[in-house]
Amino acid sequence: MDLNELTLKEASKKLQNKEISSEELTKDCLSAIDDKVNAFITKPDKKIIEEAKESDKRIKSGGAKSEIDGIPITIKDVITIKGGRTTAGSKILENFIAPYDATVIKRLKNAGVLLFGKTNMDEFAMGSSTETSYFGPTLNPVDKTRVPGGSSGGSAAAVADDEVIAALGSDTGGSIRQPASFCGIVGLKPTYGLISRYGLLAMASSLDQIGTLTKTVEDSAILLNHILGADDLDSTSVKKEPIKLENILKQNKNIKIGVPKECFSKGINKEVEKSINDSIASGQKYGFEIEEINLQTLNYALSVYYIIMPAEVSANLARFDGIKYGYSNQEGRDLLNVYLKSRAEGFGAEVKRRIMLGTYTLSAGYYDAYYKKAQKVRALIKKEFESIFAKYDQILMPTSPTTAFKLGEKLDDPLTMYLSDIYTVPVNIAGLPAISIPCGKDSKVLPIGLQIVGSQWSEEKLLNTAYQFESLLKR
Amino acid sequence: MKLSKKEVEHIAQLARLGITEKEKEKYAEQLSAILDYVEQLNKIDTKNVEPIAHITGVENVMRQDEIKNKPDRDNLLKNTPAQEKGFIKVKSILD
Repeated sequence: MDLNELTLKEASKKLQNKEISSEELTKDCLSAIDDKVNAFITKPDKKIIEEAKESDKRIKSGGAKSEIDGIPITIKDVITIKGGRTTAGSKILENFIAPYDATVIKRLKNAGVLLFGKTNMDEFAMGSSTETSYFGPTLNPVDKTRVPGGSSGGSAAAVADDEVIAALGSDTGGSIRQPASFCGIVGLKPTYGLISRYGLLAMASSLDQIGTLTKTVEDSAILLNHILGADDLDSTSVKKEPIKLENILKQNKNIKIGVPKECFSKGINKEVEKSINDSIASGQKYGFEIEEINLQTLNYALSVYYIIMPAEVSANLARFDGIKYGYSNQEGRDLLNVYLKSRAEGFGAEVKRRIMLGTYTLSAGYYDAYYKKAQKVRALIKKEFESIFAKYDQILMPTSPTTAFKLGEKLDDPLTMYLSDIYTVPVNIAGLPAISIPCGKDSKVLPIGLQIVGSQWSEEKLLNTAYQFESLLKR
Repeated sequence: MKLSKKEVEHIAQLARLGITEKEKEKYAEQLSAILDYVEQLNKIDTKNVEPIAHITGVENVMRQDEIKNKPDRDNLLKNTPAQEKGFIKVKSILD
């Protein structure tokens, strides 16, 4: 077995026991990079081997910075690392050098983690297929004619292809969970505010959250513990204690789970539906109490999302103006032309579409009809989730209505592409934590994801249920 | 809800996005389709509902008004497309 195939937990144990070195582990990861998959926008620097040697010295002398010291972890290219390029998958930031570390990066550096390059993504995290990247699409390592999902498609593909041990991504409407589902790995989107967003390039600030893409549920808990908690530089972040791993790995059948029947109406692929139903049956046989419930607002969540998200996008992306940083066209004779041309040439089609949509819904005379209305329905969605969590520990849903689709299949049809996120979006709208775990494969051997959703700040309980499902569904 | 080409032009102007004739037609069509889809929210009664302000209910977070990060002008200006004597340079805004 090559060392790049290890889980985070296994790699940590072997490193601490000095069975392997960080140098060997890192070299195996480097040689596993498959350029055809195109998971990286910026591949790891060669000097990472020197950093691995430093980790080995620390571990050897008993001075490891943490239990994940010396482990290569890759970062979605929307999170800043000081002195390195951060592109957000966009031409407008093709040559942008980040002047500071994101808080999650500071924390990973303090833990001795080896930052293993920057991964590909849909431009500014807008997309569900990683096809809108200026740096070309990432291919799904399971089937290279298909998309890896998105927007964290590079991070998902790199982990699924064993090019790295684990990854960070960001999730605004499903951008961690949907690619995790398409690539057959575990994707965790924590409660809004559990992880600081300082240094995460903003897409839709009330929905964005950093999270993990890993090979197992336990790995997601280990990694999460190193990045969570309050940060002075993000006033929406909240002080929380680390998760107790023993609480995740214990057997606890006393769990009540609701399955919204609205998930199985129209649009869901039959094979996905069957796999979810099989998982439910396994859970019931194991001893979980699983019942059908109503989630009436499910069908409205996507509409709320496509008002709130573009509105916040149009405000957040106003900063890219060709003046302070980023791509600039200085040919025009006045300032206005610098704005118009830099933004026209620097942004791709999906980004422009969302800026336009958000500008429209926020423009004079339309605010009440769109944005305010959406924020009211958002309150109703949150309320419905709260009433469900008064009776149930978790909600179980598919992660996405289909398995990985073909490259190019949905690129010119934004509404169909958006429907790929119908089950993941409500979670961001309500600020909840959710995880996608592999639960089976369709007849084309493409992975299917099971999504488990918890109440705000219930990560420990959520991961415990996910861990038990993971053990049940292992083939 | 059908957006006209003229409305699309106006939105693009507000957003400071230069767009081509072909894009105007494409966006008129695509944005209209999305706006039609979100129309379904009008079916929901929200008469007595307060719009949500913050999803986890965090209230004012206070801190001392102190400088913690030292400004690093040289480093920040490395990313600037046009500059002169340590200042960001822009084109004229008046004729």
